This record gives sequence, structure tokens and C-alpha cells, in this order.
Amino acid sequence: MNDVHQKELLRISEVCLHFNGRTILDGVDLTLQAGEIVTIIGPNGAGKTTLLRVALGLLSPTRGTVKKREGLRIGYMPQRLQIDSTFPLSVRRFLSLAASSKGENVAEILSETGAQALIDSPLSGLSGGELQRVLLARALLRRPDLLVLDEPAQGLDVHGQMELFQLMSEIRRKRGCAILLVSHDLHLVMASTDRVICLNRHICCTGTPAVVSRDPAYLKLFGPLAAQNLAVYTHDTQHRHPR
Amino acid sequence: MEDFLIRAFVGGLGVAAVAGPFGTFVVWRRLAYFGDTLAHSALLGVALGFLFQLNLTVAVFVVCQAVALFLFLLQRQKGLGGDTILGILAHSTLSLGLVTVVFLQGVRIDLMAYLFGDILAVTRGDLVWIFAGGAVALIALVVIWQPLLSLTVHEDLARVEGIPADRIKWLFTALLALVVAILMKIVGLILVTALLIIPAAAARRLARSPEAMALWASVLGGIAVGAGLALSLYYDTPAGPSIVIAATAIFLLTLALPRSAEGG
Repeated sequence: MNDVHQKELLRISEVCLHFNGRTILDGVDLTLQAGEIVTIIGPNGAGKTTLLRVALGLLSPTRGTVKKREGLRIGYMPQRLQIDSTFPLSVRRFLSLAASSKGENVAEILSETGAQALIDSPLSGLSGGELQRVLLARALLRRPDLLVLDEPAQGLDVHGQMELFQLMSEIRRKRGCAILLVSHDLHLVMASTDRVICLNRHICCTGTPAVVSRDPAYLKLFGPLAAQNLAVYTHDTQHRHPR
Repeated sequence: MEDFLIRAFVGGLGVAAVAGPFGTFVVWRRLAYFGDTLAHSALLGVALGFLFQLNLTVAVFVVCQAVALFLFLLQRQKGLGGDTILGILAHSTLSLGLVTVVFLQGVRIDLMAYLFGDILAVTRGDLVWIFAGGAVALIALVVIWQPLLSLTVHEDLARVEGIPADRIKWLFTALLALVVAILMKIVGLILVTALLIIPAAAARRLARSPEAMALWASVLGGIAVGAGLALSLYYDTPAGPSIVIAATAIFLLTLALPRSAEGG
């Protein structure tokens, strides 16, 4: 079999999606290679989460195709978990619900995402950051070839966000899985992403983070403020407080 | 003890055992209003059953199924307010049932028995329905337990992990229609939802796992049935409402339990 073909995990071609007479996605192309980290950025309402749901097969596009490599295993980390407070579910039990989690040890996976201490905690009592780590562990339990993360940094403070993206890079290094994530903020993901896709219903521009951050289409979409923020952030990378 | 009392108690326990696990899912999935709608539409089933001379439990089950299917299809067409649709269906089917009953000639229907139940009039045939139907519902629920739990925690996540979400949801709804048809015999269609959700809510503080909560809901429901029957016997109160009052009293008692009992 063709080697180049095997490396391609996912190919989305000319995907359009209309909903209630509105165009959410318009002619979007996206390919994902094994082991690469791709970030979709865009303003609110740009269709980022919709594109992710199309990639996951949760939504069928109005037009266009989504092709996945045969037997592709996807680990999905949703944006949030709205669990009824009357639902008595421990972290351990939540993780054991992951279908096909055989062979993977729940405790080991939790320590990989830095949440081993939470194993017997009730799911409904976790903080935002703790929940992210537990959700990430659940996605990893499936030994994914591709991790799909929907706004993983939402609700985290700056320190938590940096830790999360470091964890993400580490997971890719150790497991070699590709990662597709959504973010509304380029500067957050600069250091840990290979390729950026700037989306506003259609793809405005795409490339390495450095290229996209100087692209006129990106600057137009996010305004000159984005560039400023970026400069501030780049200057600030080494600044960390001990806990 | 009198025969009819034994039948009432046994039937009540059977219903409580079935209501427990289903009720916990109704609470977790926030389907209380949905259960109400199914129960309200049951009267239309009763009326149609009389009209076409069908077994009433079968007729109720069929009408509840039809309403459930209709709701299921409506909900897939997003953009319509869920509780508005439920409200329209609940009250229109109840009214349709009440109006149809009037047109039935030559049959005298004890409406109160269907609205509020008549546990003291439970027959052997009813017991067969309660235990056979209840066993089918519970066994099927055990089979879909894990995927249904997974769906209840996060539907998209479950779908990505390969769980056939629509099929499981549909099956659960169909089973719930069966459970409503069974529960109606004991507490009547107005109070069906109460027997589903009150014991389940009371079980929350006693349980640290989903399974424990389902079992506790059955146990507490059984206690409520016993206490309600006793109340009905000594004070000559209507049995169905007495059971619901007993369940509510149990729920209030569990509120006094320390929150630390709430585990994971």
C-alpha cells in the first residue's frame, strides 16, 4: 500500500454546511497527517466547533466529503461536561465507560494527564482544570491515532492553559498521535502547534503559526490588537510563578 | 390478611422495583416532563382500548409508543422548544382521551381509577402484567445499561466512541412507555411520574454509584408503597396519592442526611 496515503488520517474536501438558511461552512478543505498538531482558530461564530463535529462524523455536511483512514481511532475531548448533580459518578467509573478501553490502565492514564489523585472523586465536584485532565484521560484511553480537542483551554487561567498545552505536546511526543484542536486565540497555541487554520466560515489563511500571525487575512479578522497581544505574549513566555 | 391486600402489596412492590432504575434515568436525563407526557397520553390509550375492545394495557402501551415515536422524530428537527412540544402533546392527548371517553356508549369507565390508580382493585391478571412486563423492561435495561450511562454523561462523546446513540435512546423510550403502562395500574396516570422520580431523587444521598442509586430507588419505592398502603388502610385515604405522599416524606427525610454521604 502507498506509504504517503497511510500517513493521511483525515481528509475533508469542499465541505459546505447550511443550517436554517444560514451558511456555517463554505467550501472548507482540511487534511490531517499522522502525528501533526493542527489548530483551528477563528472568531466566535466562525464555525470552528461545527467543522470539528463534521470531522468527528457527528454532523453530515450539506455538500463535500469527509474521508477517514480505515480503522482510524479518534479520542474526543468535548468542551465541557454538563452532568446532572444527581448523577453519582466517580472519575474511575467515568473513565471505565470509555468503550474499548481494554488493556489501558485507568490509573496510569490519569497519572499521564496529572490527575491520578482524582481517581475516586465524584465527577460533578471537579474544577474546570481537573475536569479537562480527566476528559483528556478518557480520550487517551482509546489509544487514539487522532485526538480532537474542542477549546481545551476554555475556563482555565493562563498558568493552567500553559500546562495543558505542554501536556499536549508531551502526549504527541510520547504517543505519536495527531491532534486537531479548536482555539479562539492564536497566541495561546503558537508554541505547541505545527499548522494553523484560520477559519471564518471559509478558510481565510493557513500555515505555520508564525506565517499566519503575519497574514493580512488573519490581521483583518482579528484586528491589529491580535498582533499586539502576540507581541506581549512572546515577550512573556518565560514568566512563571511557582505555585 | 385479605387477598386483595396481598395482591395490592405484591403489585405495589413489583411496580416500585421497576420504577426505581427507570426513575433514576428519568432524573439523570431530565425526562420528568417527558414521562408526564407519556403518562397523560395513556388515557387516550385507555379510551381507544375500550373503543376497539383491546386489552387496555396493550392499548396504553401502543399509544405511549406512538407518542414517544412522534416526540423522538420532532426532537430530531431541532429548533422547536422541547418543553412546549411536550406540553402540547401531554395536554392534547389527555383531553382527547377525556373527550373520547364520553363518546363510548354502553361502557361506564371509572375515570378516577385511571387518573389516580386503584391499587386495591389489582387483579391477578394485573399482577401478571406487572411482573412479566416489569421483568422484560428491567432485563432490557440491564442490557443497555452501560451504553445508556455513557450517553447520559455526554452524548457526542458516546457517539464518537461508537455507541449507536439513536438506537439506545429509542429503546429506552420504548421501555419507558412500557413502564408507564405498568405503573399506571398502581398510581394512575397523573401520579406515574411521581413514582418514577421521587424515590430516585430520595436515593441520591444514599448512593455512591449509578447502580446503587437505582437499587436504593427501588427499595425506597417499596417502602413508600408499604407505608402508603398502611396509610390508606387505617385512614381510608386514596391509595395512589398516599403512596406518593409516603415517597415524598422519605425524600424529605433523606434531605436531613449529611451531605458527606454524597460520594462519587
